[in-house]
Amino acid sequence: MTDRDYFKGKPRTDVNPVRILTFKIDGRDVTAREDETILTVARQNGIFIPTLCHLDGLSERGACRLCMVEVKGSDKLFPACVTLPRQDMEVMTDSPRLNEYRKKILELLFSERNHVCSVCVSNGHCELQDLAVTLGMSHVRYEYLYPRHTIDASHDRFSVDHNRCVLCLRCIRVCDEVEGAHTWDVMGRGILCKVITDLNQPWGTSETCTGCGKCVHVCPTGALSEKGKSVSEMSKRRQFLPYLEMMRRESRK
Amino acid sequence: MTLTFEDLQGIARIEEDRQEGFRHRIHVCVAAGCLSCQSGLIKDTLEKEVSRRGWENWCNVKGVGCLGLCAAGPLISIQPDGTYYQGVQVSDVSDVLDSLGGEPLSRLDCSGQLPFFQRQKKIVLENCGLIDPERIEEYIGRAGYEALYNAVRLMTPGEVIDEVSAGGLRGRGGAGFPTGLKWTTVFKAVNGTKFVVCNADEGDPGAFMDRSVLESDPHRVIEGMAIAGYAVGAAHGFVYVRAEYPLAVKRLRTAIAHAERFGVLGNNIFNTKFSFKVEVRLGAGAFVCGEETALIASIEGRLGRPRPRPPYPAEFGLWGYPTLINNVETLANIPSIIRRGGSWYSGIGSESSKGTKVFALAGRVNNTGLIEVPMGTTLRDIVFDIGGGIPGDARFKAVQTGGPSGGCIPEQYLDLPIDYESLAEIGSIMGSGGMIVMDEGSCMVDVAKFFMEFCMSESCGKCVPCRVGTTQIYNLLCRISSGTAEPNDPARLEDLCDVVKRTSLCGLGQTAPNPVMSTLRYFGEEYRQHIEDKTCPAGVCQVGGVGEV
Repeated sequence: MTDRDYFKGKPRTDVNPVRILTFKIDGRDVTAREDETILTVARQNGIFIPTLCHLDGLSERGACRLCMVEVKGSDKLFPACVTLPRQDMEVMTDSPRLNEYRKKILELLFSERNHVCSVCVSNGHCELQDLAVTLGMSHVRYEYLYPRHTIDASHDRFSVDHNRCVLCLRCIRVCDEVEGAHTWDVMGRGILCKVITDLNQPWGTSETCTGCGKCVHVCPTGALSEKGKSVSEMSKRRQFLPYLEMMRRESRK
Repeated sequence: MTLTFEDLQGIARIEEDRQEGFRHRIHVCVAAGCLSCQSGLIKDTLEKEVSRRGWENWCNVKGVGCLGLCAAGPLISIQPDGTYYQGVQVSDVSDVLDSLGGEPLSRLDCSGQLPFFQRQKKIVLENCGLIDPERIEEYIGRAGYEALYNAVRLMTPGEVIDEVSAGGLRGRGGAGFPTGLKWTTVFKAVNGTKFVVCNADEGDPGAFMDRSVLESDPHRVIEGMAIAGYAVGAAHGFVYVRAEYPLAVKRLRTAIAHAERFGVLGNNIFNTKFSFKVEVRLGAGAFVCGEETALIASIEGRLGRPRPRPPYPAEFGLWGYPTLINNVETLANIPSIIRRGGSWYSGIGSESSKGTKVFALAGRVNNTGLIEVPMGTTLRDIVFDIGGGIPGDARFKAVQTGGPSGGCIPEQYLDLPIDYESLAEIGSIMGSGGMIVMDEGSCMVDVAKFFMEFCMSESCGKCVPCRVGTTQIYNLLCRISSGTAEPNDPARLEDLCDVVKRTSLCGLGQTAPNPVMSTLRYFGEEYRQHIEDKTCPAGVCQVGGVGEV
């Protein structure tokens, strides 16, 4: 098509003309592609929204509910990780009300399983811990449930401690979407949910696990760790994810 | 085989002649409630006795769907006299036959229950208890599939949708979304593959409307689905029905097979280019699979867990295609609306909610069973007239509507006309139609605890507030009912309910606190008595019992 052809045809009427839109986050004007989420745009503009189940390079679940934001004109709360902006929308990411809900959700997470930091391999490198500090969580107002969960150390190099798991299911997504093995999955319902390898077999006996260790490094807490690491020694390396995602996007072009 | 309108009327006429050939027609209820008290055996005995007496030519015995008054089962009705017998036993069979044509048997007669039968208005249930659900001819004999014929032969999809919109029908699954609007959304979605899904995953404790409709009149739902398919441009339908309803599944499968044989399902229905197929998919017992996105995941064969909306199924549904999801009762209303017109339908009911609603009346009420009343009927009419009041003259306390997503309605609202808005205003919801009556022997803390335990164990565990929040609320309620609670526990309860309601991902979590919040609102005094006086006024909770053991 040469330049001149543009003038011969009919004007385009088949598409929604709003492909790039502008809206406000915390009073700041921002622009977004219409398929970008509020969270993506906020991060591009250096605006902090707390997240736990979200991880760049993995599909969105909208499950941890920490990224809830307010939209002007609505009483409802919207999860920023799965909500698309609309033209002229006004998003508020920070308010006493939001902060209170986020803290309560975080406290619910802390009350759910055993998250005693002082004896955890990921102490100091833990996203749950960091969130508690950032959001100013000083105590847990709910009763601790502390169910007795098992630890599976049957794998040669890794172990899983279900007591530290927050059920963000990043391990399941990275194993399925990036590694392509789908070793991990979830069993049970509600408070009895648990991540499992294969059909709830010991990790060490898994025939699908490739031993790549991606699940360990995307895990936000000390639930998944490398063997041989002592308290506070398990830091996670996630640089590979955005890189892998970018390379795959390139190769699909 | 493709049917013409004349064929359809021919079938209906033959069926009518057949029915009129019998001087007496004995209808035995063979829906799940009566079957469980041996109505199947009664039907067999009646048939044997009739043939032993050589009466086959003028006395017909057939199994029919729900007769409504489930509490008094097994039920039989004698047509055309219109006599109803309750609590029939096998030993009564010869007496029943002897009395045909004469005075009704006084010891079994239900005539004392006249308000139950007369105060109702039946649209969805119009064929229940009259036709044999396993014979398509009887459904056609009651003007069945006429609406589908009218729709595909005489109307455009737009006209069908307009008719439904004009009727003012709103979703009977509980939320009350306008059905016409939902159809338009799917209709407007990009052309190509689309689906119609019938949600028959009825999971509320105490609710059995959808089951009864499927067991008593399955063709009605199939016809509704086919009309919906024609209106939105779908060629494939799924009925998602829970596996706990084996009889409904069996009758539905029989009905689909018959409909295919008669050509009202399949290719080129009524000689048009419209084709429609229906498949049955079984649920595996998860309450959350009644939520539309979880239901879609379950039909696709994935883990039945909800996902955030938007995108809504109307845009991105089954396997990513535009999908229309309607409840059983919503679809069962469609044939009547198309046959008799939207303006007829909108003349029934209240200002904002049109038509009728089927309720499953249960709990502490004399006439437990299945009822259908116009929207806007008061609770008092339902509980005391149709329901026959509370057994043993005990005092009425509350009605629970909407199952685990609904609330408890206290005595002061007995005269409230029931519709979607009025129920929402007082902290409950219409829900799918479960209605549990409670008297002074019910403890409201215990009721709240029961529903919260249900939500806790049915929470899928995906989002944090629902997974952990419902457990925390349940634990608090256990503390209150066991007498170990602290004075500020009601405030904690309210706080937790607010978090779960505001931040949960799907409808299950967002509505799970309703039973707790409504009981706190109307029966706060009872909570206080548990906490401070350590007594349970209804005598249900073992207050203080746990600590002493």
